[in-house]
Amino acid sequence: MLDRALKPVIFLLASLPALLLLAGAFGMAGQSLGPNPIREMLHVTGKTALNLLMITLMASPLREITGQLRWQRPRRMLGLFAFAYALLHFLVYAILELDLDFSDLAREISRRPFIIVGTVALLAMIPLAATSTNRMMRRLGRHWSSLHQLIYPIALLGVWHYYWQIKAAVTEPLLYAAALALLLGFRALRRSRAARAANRD
Amino acid sequence: MKRYSDPSILPSAITPEYEYFDRRRLLAALAASAAMIIGSVGSGLAATLAPPRYTRNTKLSTREAPNSWEDVTTYNNFYEFGLDKSDPYERAQEFRSRPWTIEIAGEAELRGKFTLEDILKPHALEERIYRFRCVEAWSRIVPWLGFPLADLLARFKPTSKAKFVEFTTLLDPKQMPGQRSGVLDWPYREALRIDEAMHPLTLMVVGVYGKWLPNQSGAPLRLIVPWKYGFKGIKSIVKIRFTERQPATSWNMAAPDEYGFFANVNPAVDHPRWSQAKERRIGGNFLTSRIDTLPFNGYDDDVAALYRGMDLRRYY
Repeated sequence: MLDRALKPVIFLLASLPALLLLAGAFGMAGQSLGPNPIREMLHVTGKTALNLLMITLMASPLREITGQLRWQRPRRMLGLFAFAYALLHFLVYAILELDLDFSDLAREISRRPFIIVGTVALLAMIPLAATSTNRMMRRLGRHWSSLHQLIYPIALLGVWHYYWQIKAAVTEPLLYAAALALLLGFRALRRSRAARAANRD
Repeated sequence: MKRYSDPSILPSAITPEYEYFDRRRLLAALAASAAMIIGSVGSGLAATLAPPRYTRNTKLSTREAPNSWEDVTTYNNFYEFGLDKSDPYERAQEFRSRPWTIEIAGEAELRGKFTLEDILKPHALEERIYRFRCVEAWSRIVPWLGFPLADLLARFKPTSKAKFVEFTTLLDPKQMPGQRSGVLDWPYREALRIDEAMHPLTLMVVGVYGKWLPNQSGAPLRLIVPWKYGFKGIKSIVKIRFTERQPATSWNMAAPDEYGFFANVNPAVDHPRWSQAKERRIGGNFLTSRIDTLPFNGYDDDVAALYRGMDLRRYY
């Protein structure tokens, strides 16, 4: 029962920020994006992409700790949602913030370190999204999991992008960095244990 | 045994005449328009004072249409109340902006502590509609109420050593929750060169939209220098000091490569992390395009002479 409900519930929850933005943009359902709507859109899409990346990275540790496979199952959907929000973040930036002015876009992407970092993270997500189907998993075989380890540098770049664009109060990006350190630390620990176990054999 | 209690009305329970009449006027105004209701809710204590009297200075006002009261009073940076732009509105309502004292110090013949009333008394208030450009590349049009800073400073007879004027915001972490975190080195400090301070466009602001300043906008007294980025416009001022040397200023101390002492609006000099060539006029919808940022925020005819011969890339 719970297992069957898990995916639709996650789908709804992950869609919610986008739906609220949409409602706010058109002043529906009492929603408003405030006096600076584009800034709000950038903030919400970026933050949601980062949150979803973090949640995606929680799947494996949760599975190992609880011994329950069910936590593994929504991983693909969460990852694809993270990509969708990152893409939306970029599109809002390029189309609404910069009015699709390509010279502005090229200049900003090349000149601002935090935008370079964010762009690289987004580009790196493209092959992961493209190979997320069952068919691609089968076709790539063991290469699939090595390719999808790209998620680790992507998450790092994402947090870095957030940290670098902030004006003064870095508490929140640092919290993300701490959470990421925890999530990656768990994996490093697991790997070194597995390596030691292998050496003993 | 029954205690005797005086049936007469306590003097403190009697509403003074001016408040009584003001309440009537307020009620009438409330009934008159729904926008007014939102306005008085958002202005805290300022709503209970007799409304300010002022004249309109059209000569020094832009012809552009002002933003809405909501745009100006629910969306602004005032890190003393938090980092989000809605924090000042949400957290400053209980702030006590009266009674208020301002200290005048440094290189002037007259120094000391003055009540807000003493500071304001001789000055006639005027409304000036100014462009406001935030360093974060957004902008708005605001009808400020105030008087020239120069008129205030002249009263204290600055000496020939007064080359700069430094302003300090109230330090009160109990009332200003943002000061409990170390985002900036509190209290907030800003400063102007004396010629900038004496410029007729430089405004000591006490109100906005014909009302006293709401707390979130820097009540009861703030600075507005329309040709500079918004962070130069220090809020809730408790101290003004004349100095011979250039004072240290808050954002400049926090990130000297990002925020200069002068902070003149300059589309040619980027912030390290974003371009300053364009700005987003707030209050629009998500399809509103950016507009070009003007040198000195469009006040170049009036102020460019102050910086003649200066390299504005170096002194940003």
